[in-house]
Amino acid sequence: MSSAQIEIQIIASLVAIACAIPGTFLVLRKMAMISDAISHSILPGIVVGFFITQDLNSPLLILLAALTGVITVVLVEYIQKTGLVKEDTAIGLVFPVLFSIGVIMIAKNANDIHLDIDAVLLGELAFAPFDRLLISGIDFGPKSLWIIGSILIITIALLLTFFKELKLSTFDKGLAASLGFSPVIIHYGLMTVSSITTVGAFDAVGAILVVALMIAPAAAAYLLTTDLKKMLILSIVFGVLSAISGYWFAHWLDASIAGSITTMLGLLFLIVYLFAPSKGVIAVIYREKQQRTEVSLLTFLLHLKNHDDENERHVNHLNEHINWQKVRSKTVLDLALKNNMIVIDKNIVSLTPKGDEFTTQAIDYIITNEDTQIEGMKDDFFLFRG
Amino acid sequence: MDIQEYFSLVFTDYTLRTITLGTAILGAVTGMLGSFAVLRKQSLLGDAISHAALPGIAISFLITGAKDSNTLLLGALVSGLIGTFWIRGIITKTHLKSDTALGLILSLFFGFGMLLLTFIQKQPNANQAGLDKYLFGQAATLVESDVWMMAIVTGICLFVLLLFWKEFKILLFDKDYAKTLGFNSKAIDILITSFIVLAIVLGLQTVGVVLMSAMLLAPAAAARQWTNSLAKMVFLAALFGAFSGVFGTAISASQNNLSTGPVIVIVAAVFVLISFVFSPSRGLLFKQIRFIKNRRDLELHKTLAFMYHIAETHENISHPHEIKILNNFHGFTKGTLKKLVEKNYVTLQGSTWCLTNEGFKSASNLYNQLTQQDE
Repeated sequence: MSSAQIEIQIIASLVAIACAIPGTFLVLRKMAMISDAISHSILPGIVVGFFITQDLNSPLLILLAALTGVITVVLVEYIQKTGLVKEDTAIGLVFPVLFSIGVIMIAKNANDIHLDIDAVLLGELAFAPFDRLLISGIDFGPKSLWIIGSILIITIALLLTFFKELKLSTFDKGLAASLGFSPVIIHYGLMTVSSITTVGAFDAVGAILVVALMIAPAAAAYLLTTDLKKMLILSIVFGVLSAISGYWFAHWLDASIAGSITTMLGLLFLIVYLFAPSKGVIAVIYREKQQRTEVSLLTFLLHLKNHDDENERHVNHLNEHINWQKVRSKTVLDLALKNNMIVIDKNIVSLTPKGDEFTTQAIDYIITNEDTQIEGMKDDFFLFRG
Repeated sequence: MDIQEYFSLVFTDYTLRTITLGTAILGAVTGMLGSFAVLRKQSLLGDAISHAALPGIAISFLITGAKDSNTLLLGALVSGLIGTFWIRGIITKTHLKSDTALGLILSLFFGFGMLLLTFIQKQPNANQAGLDKYLFGQAATLVESDVWMMAIVTGICLFVLLLFWKEFKILLFDKDYAKTLGFNSKAIDILITSFIVLAIVLGLQTVGVVLMSAMLLAPAAAARQWTNSLAKMVFLAALFGAFSGVFGTAISASQNNLSTGPVIVIVAAVFVLISFVFSPSRGLLFKQIRFIKNRRDLELHKTLAFMYHIAETHENISHPHEIKILNNFHGFTKGTLKKLVEKNYVTLQGSTWCLTNEGFKSASNLYNQLTQQDE
């Protein structure tokens, strides 16, 4: 590994961490799309900043662009407040317009400006180590490393200082306000941090990857835990993991590093989305199927309890009476047998004492409208789940 | 070339005519279908789909190796649809919210698409240049067959829209009712979403992945301000979209270095801005005017009620009182007093005022009238 490769990986990892922290809160506050809007609409800010400073890495440019990001948020909220369109339409209207203004500004001044729109959208991490910070001739490492490093330190400092306030206002706005933490200040604070992070990172990794790095790790972490601290740590881990693996994937494929990191994030999210223990798709589908069978079982037991007549309790009769298909009735019947809820004697089904007790309790809960209690009861009675 | 020259050339010059026609048709069809996206609160879906279409373009190029725009757009359609249904899957099956799902699919698909594009660029194949025109669109690359394609798709959209008008409308405004009436709401939902995807894919070549969502939203958001009727809104949105296309093309053709996509978006945004401000029933300007007028009326009533309470305590209701006893707090200004005089509720004598019979009567009925109107 050459020193340039190590530097690229360090920059990518720092960007991932810097994005994951505000990203977690954006996802929890249902404002993920705002980060997309900000990442597009900072373009005019960057262009204007570039006219003034002639340096893509100057702090003034970052501040100007971040200001455009905050203006976007304010504009979106203003349009939303007029009630003329819904919030999502407001977002969808504001950022393409600002982005278009930026594109036109670049196109009109193509001769004086060394800014490429592709570069803004994609960034080029591979070139980051070549733009070095030189102070009186001494090499202090790549400029973007310093920029993203300082942004990260500020973000972490803010996170540690205002963790309690952020947590409270994210989960209970009303309580936060009544305790005297202004939700407005926290809201705009978060927006400012997101804007600055987006601007600081776009040069290295491009606007779209910033969005991916903010949302994807946080979303994946949210599927795995419901604890805020764990979610923050997990999303940082996911971000760094895909940053480093993405770099090597790009190296192998000889393609854009930003695109490859995003692809890694996508794969990671896909895996979590499918296999997350309790909230992944497979787990959810399995649970839904289990619950369907168990509801059928309960219906079946209730039917048995209600009918003493042997005719009603004949195996063949059940098919038509409860109107289940053959396979379904067999699953339910097997489940009931395995759990010792019923006995079958000469094709006549009857409840065991245990089945009777279960059904009686279930009826009590249903009558008193406490259906949720049945879930807990299942743990007491069931040897095998549906 | 200035704008006048453009309009004289538009009927004779092949390229200009094709581009203008193309952007006009595109604007019309996106405006039409965008109305549904806006009303269904799926505005940002367009953004996500247009980004999600990018890997499809790259993959279909990798498979066929051809740069024929129809093949590439077919790939875009497939990957746009995959993105859309994955978004749905995330929203329905997990506890992640729609904004997270949209942002995820948008950025992940786009990043994957960019990876493929950069990978293609490094391939030893001379044919690869020009794929990046789908990022920002290049209306100049439109040829007659593309415009025909757009026209046909627009025709199909219009036909299906008219055929299933009733179903679309009911699904839009009352989904549960549609279900109870026995409409297959899932199928209608998929149909309309697929058409939105189709419209987006159609515009990728002209406006590009990044700005396509604005084409979908802006005409519809503008049209929404002028009417409360769905049919009128769809029609107006199509009209706004078509005009944005034509004006945008005209402006970008008359200047150097202006790509068509961003200009069309800005023209559409101007339509939105005008609609937001000047629409008679919802616009900000008339809303403010109505607000001020209501406040004036209220202050007038307040002054009148105050006068009434004073006059009540006297036997003669026309007993004169000093103007000085009225103050701002009672909603009194010189203007309101003048208006009361004009309405013949009050007469002025020097520095005193007295209530007329008419004024007394209408003041005593003031609250009765209000309650009657409420009923």
